[in-house]
Amino acid sequence: MKKIKSLADLRKSKADTLARIHAKEKIRIRVHMGTSGLASGAKEIFDFLTVELEKRSINGIVVGTGDMGYCFAEPTIEVTRPGEDPVVFGNVDKLKADEIIEKFIKNGYYVEGLLPVNYQTIN
Amino acid sequence: MAKQKKQLLVCGGKSCSSHNSEVLYDNLCLELEANALENEVSVVRSGCFGLCHLGPVVMVMPEKVVYVKVNPDDTRDIIAEHLIKGRKVERLLYHDPVSGKIIPEEKDFAPLKKQMRIVLRNCGIIDPENIEEAIAHDAYEALGRVLTEMKPADVIRIIRDSGLRGRGGGGFPTGLKWEIAYNNKSDEKYVVCNADEGDPGAFMDRSVLEGDPHAVLEAMAICGYSIGAGKGLIYIRAEYPLAVARLKTAIRQARDYGLLGDDIMGTGFSFDIEIRYGAGAFVCGEETALIHSMEGLRGEPTVKPPFPAESGFRGKPTNVNNVETFACISPIILKGAKWFSSIGTEKSKGTKVFALAGKINNVGLIEVPMGITLREVIYEIGGGIRNGKKFKAAQTGGPSGGCLTEKHLDTPIDFDNLLAAGSMMGSGGMIVMDEDDCMVSVARFFLDFTVEESCGKCSPCRIGNKRLHELLDHITKGKGVPADLDRLMNMSMVIKDTSLCGLGQSSPNPVLSTLNNFREEYEAHVTVKKCPAGQCRDLMEYFIISENCVGCTACARVCPVNAITGERKETHTINPSICIKCGACIEKCKFDAVIIR
Amino acid sequence: METIKLTIDNKKAEVPKGTTIHKAARQMGIEIPTLCYMELHDLNIENKPAGCRICMVEVEGRRNLAPSCATRCEEGMVIKTHTTRVLNARRTVMEFILSDHPKDCLICPKSGNCELQAMANKLGIREIPGQEIAAMSTYRKDTSPSIIRDLDKCILCRRCEMMCNDVQTVGALSAVNRGFMATVAPAFEQNLEYSSCTYCGQCVAVCPTGALTEVDHTPEVLRALADPSKTVIVQTAPAVRAALGEEFGMAPGTLVTGKMVSALRALGFDYVFDTDFAADLTIMEEGTELLGRLNRHLKGDTTAKLPILTSCCPGWVNFFEYYYPDLKDIPSTAKSPQQMFGAIAKTYFAGKIKINRKDLVVVSIMPCLAKKYECQRDEFSTENNRDVDFSISTRELAAFIKQANIDLNNLEEGEFDAPLGESTGAGVIFGTTGGVIEAAVRTAYELQTGKKLERLDFTELRGLEGVREATIDFDGLPVRIGIAHGLGNARKLLDDVRSGKSQFHAIEVMACPGGCIGGGGQPLHHGNSEIIKARAAAIYTEDRKKPLRKSHENPFIIKLYEEFLEKPNSEKAHHLLHTHYFERKKKILVKP
Repeated sequence: MKKIKSLADLRKSKADTLARIHAKEKIRIRVHMGTSGLASGAKEIFDFLTVELEKRSINGIVVGTGDMGYCFAEPTIEVTRPGEDPVVFGNVDKLKADEIIEKFIKNGYYVEGLLPVNYQTIN
Repeated sequence: MAKQKKQLLVCGGKSCSSHNSEVLYDNLCLELEANALENEVSVVRSGCFGLCHLGPVVMVMPEKVVYVKVNPDDTRDIIAEHLIKGRKVERLLYHDPVSGKIIPEEKDFAPLKKQMRIVLRNCGIIDPENIEEAIAHDAYEALGRVLTEMKPADVIRIIRDSGLRGRGGGGFPTGLKWEIAYNNKSDEKYVVCNADEGDPGAFMDRSVLEGDPHAVLEAMAICGYSIGAGKGLIYIRAEYPLAVARLKTAIRQARDYGLLGDDIMGTGFSFDIEIRYGAGAFVCGEETALIHSMEGLRGEPTVKPPFPAESGFRGKPTNVNNVETFACISPIILKGAKWFSSIGTEKSKGTKVFALAGKINNVGLIEVPMGITLREVIYEIGGGIRNGKKFKAAQTGGPSGGCLTEKHLDTPIDFDNLLAAGSMMGSGGMIVMDEDDCMVSVARFFLDFTVEESCGKCSPCRIGNKRLHELLDHITKGKGVPADLDRLMNMSMVIKDTSLCGLGQSSPNPVLSTLNNFREEYEAHVTVKKCPAGQCRDLMEYFIISENCVGCTACARVCPVNAITGERKETHTINPSICIKCGACIEKCKFDAVIIR
Repeated sequence: METIKLTIDNKKAEVPKGTTIHKAARQMGIEIPTLCYMELHDLNIENKPAGCRICMVEVEGRRNLAPSCATRCEEGMVIKTHTTRVLNARRTVMEFILSDHPKDCLICPKSGNCELQAMANKLGIREIPGQEIAAMSTYRKDTSPSIIRDLDKCILCRRCEMMCNDVQTVGALSAVNRGFMATVAPAFEQNLEYSSCTYCGQCVAVCPTGALTEVDHTPEVLRALADPSKTVIVQTAPAVRAALGEEFGMAPGTLVTGKMVSALRALGFDYVFDTDFAADLTIMEEGTELLGRLNRHLKGDTTAKLPILTSCCPGWVNFFEYYYPDLKDIPSTAKSPQQMFGAIAKTYFAGKIKINRKDLVVVSIMPCLAKKYECQRDEFSTENNRDVDFSISTRELAAFIKQANIDLNNLEEGEFDAPLGESTGAGVIFGTTGGVIEAAVRTAYELQTGKKLERLDFTELRGLEGVREATIDFDGLPVRIGIAHGLGNARKLLDDVRSGKSQFHAIEVMACPGGCIGGGGQPLHHGNSEIIKARAAAIYTEDRKKPLRKSHENPFIIKLYEEFLEKPNSEKAHHLLHTHYFERKKKILVKP
């Protein structure tokens, strides 16, 4: 941990982190773990994905985040394949997670339960 | 990784499904097989696109071309033209109703952009327990700029010019609030974040705190700099353990990184934040009650003025803002007042987060620009009413709000329009009701909550609401008389007019708005003693239609209280004075002879 | 002073900035009805939670009605106090309040003296719509040694809470529960007996309804009077005579000493005595103790604890026993006049008339509710026989006299009986704040200096300022005196004592604002502090009229020492007239 002592420090920290996040060839999975997500089993999915990525030798990282608001479809996860737009899947159980790994993460095929992006954001 | 695959997304939302999207899906599969493309192109059912009025929807990936109102018969064209020949099927593309232009691709597709995430910008995106991710998504950049480039008055001017209004319910201009706190000179001042989200079914603040706690911390520090406060307090419900835990982590990390505490970013400005817990009393969302609760006193409101900006926490000038309000601050600083005020309506700027609940398909959190219509929220973003039922009303503003009806479907939602419609913005709960909901019961339900949550300090709220509730209960039991409606009206008006705080002043709103919008339903309860929605148990009667009854005796045998009599092979009858309305006979009857009337 | 111009009911007015609408209206002769609001101006006591919502008025340009008691006037305000909107709201709110209030006025102790009843009458409420389906909030009734809490009758005006917390800093009562079940109670809705309550009775004194009342001992007194085997004697506290007349339509401040004596005699008491006599006795004991400690201190004895605190107020005793047990060796050990009287009556006087103490019933008439508790303390009994059997308040006495069909107004002036009925002016002024210490000074000065005191009116010790201090010149020796009335003020002095900052030699404390004249057992002042001032004036008038005004000159006191007690602070005097204190928290927190 480094103390941020100026605005320049802050911006440097930002650049460093961004570079790390957008590291090439790395699958990035966000498991939405707010109260709604956790209540419907997001923790289990988080653990499952963490273990399975390693088991199946996939270069990826699983991160827990807050919820996106898709309460009707929790647990939800967001998967970003390198160089592609993130894709959100809803109602993810272990079976679905397995399918997502095999079909989407490995081969880029969508699976049922994909939630289309229906918002604009300032990010 | 391999090149992105050609894929077809078929909307599997409830509304599209009811418009034959299943057949459409099957046809697409068959058509691909017929063209021997089944191994190259996959078809996937997706979640709701939020385009229910344009459904069924098909999106071709990876080029993100959207086809709307697709019939099962259109599949051939999509495969043959688009997939094989690479030509878009124009007649199935979306025609912008205003410009008449054809919008082929998702990125320009306005109906798919109904939601706008400002407050929720980082929710679900960043790891809330990792401050570096937050920083990577611009957290504390606004604070840095404020501290290095602006004077307090400049910040206040930006906030004022942005037109931001308090998201906690009242809609008081935030910039003005800051300005008042700024102008009240004192050796000590406080910034308070109101995270005492109490509306039933509302969880906007919780999601922000769970998903992006730094947005709030940063904004509080900006506010502290602007009004001259060195200390911030977050008043949060103890019932939000996850939000509390993430806030604690965030505060700790921010301190470790030097983004809270002494001499922030080397600017000499110091600001720190503490958490205070609420015990879950709804009334503690009222700012004076909240402050009393933080001081260790009974959580009850006091008369304003003095306002907290004058005399708040420990008698010092205190600026209280809601979580969602704070979450708007950094984007306003970074993108400017003009940008923010370009979103929304004339007097309500920016976006609003709503918690959609009730009889709606896509239950959840949405963030939409002010001025969106109820129709867009319910039928597009919300995916329409569950089970294809008819929309009846939407309650906004939580238990203190009122209901919006069919005639309000196309009214732009903003602070002032909601007030004019007899409801209010509140903190952003939106509960959708369908034709099966009895509005008298709905009013009673909300009163139940306010009766429970009244602090008991002032007589109209403490006793009046109880009396309102009792009378509503009486009416739903079929014991009301027509004169009761005038009493309901009078009591409601007086409670609104005389209660001490916002809770009491708004608690009769559900009664008044249902009484104004659905008076005939009330009248049915008190005159013919019927509940048109068929929800009030005491007003239902089980009845056997003689034409349908074959006298099989099945109903009589299953009746637990022997209320059904009749000879074999002859019409049976139900004795209403014995019947307990359990519904067993209806379930048993194979001839649809038993009805509720 | 900055002023504000405004219009109320079409009349223009100019008021100082910060004035509330209610006060501005009152200045103009418009009395806006209130229920929860209460102000005791000279005592700096104000209750305005704005909770009852009866005093609502219409303010032009304001969305809803404004509570006049808590809304500050603003420049150019246009206020209407009796539009149909206001009248309808006021009436409807009153109907709400009444719908949750028992209708047993016939047997309510407050009937006829109830502010809610008066308001219902004023607003002409004749029926309560919806009463047949209205649930009532009901609570467990709580009877303590002094006070009965019947919260079904609580209208949540919060006056008791304000008195208990803000004025008295006792902290026994606060609002509990939410919504419809909200009420005022000790923490965890515990009985008052197990709380920090001092029984000062200030909550009772301000309660507008029958929610807080005193425990009525007149039935027991009546039974004793009716028992031919008992000799029943009565003692009357100084403050009673200055207030009793109010219950019979007399102007506040009317002294009814003689009529009261006649009434008590007419009620059947065998001897009518005066607590003032015991007050003189208290001065002898306490004054001697003070001088003893002072002189030891002056000689450099560090074990001599100063300041000495007066101990005649039982509410005050309860207070320091609860909050300052570490200081319990600082107050004078002298019993209160009530208990000194009881001790002397059941020994000296019982011996004189040759009856067993068990056949002698001692009744006290007190302006106080804590006295009820005090006389029930274990240490004030001998073989289960109390020194003072019953203590009844001024209000109970008034009711008793009315029950007996005695026309107080037209009674002849009676005289107290001897030997326990004779008193000096020093005994009389015990009834008001500053009086005890003034009486002590009159005696202590002469005992200490051996000189005759020329000036008897120590005006520097008088007044209604919450905390007062004065230095009295004891012929070259400056004696520093502190005075507090109201327990909140007492706390300020006590904190200084605890931290060692106190510079006083003696401190007088009275639990009730104004002293005993403002006691919890006095006729209700209903928020009029003029009444308390008038009573104080009456007390000083009585003092001035007395031929003897120094306790040590009371011939019956002199005789009592000669015949019975030997001398002040003698062993016998210690045994009968002195007491010790407990750590109250330990005593009361054990729930049986």
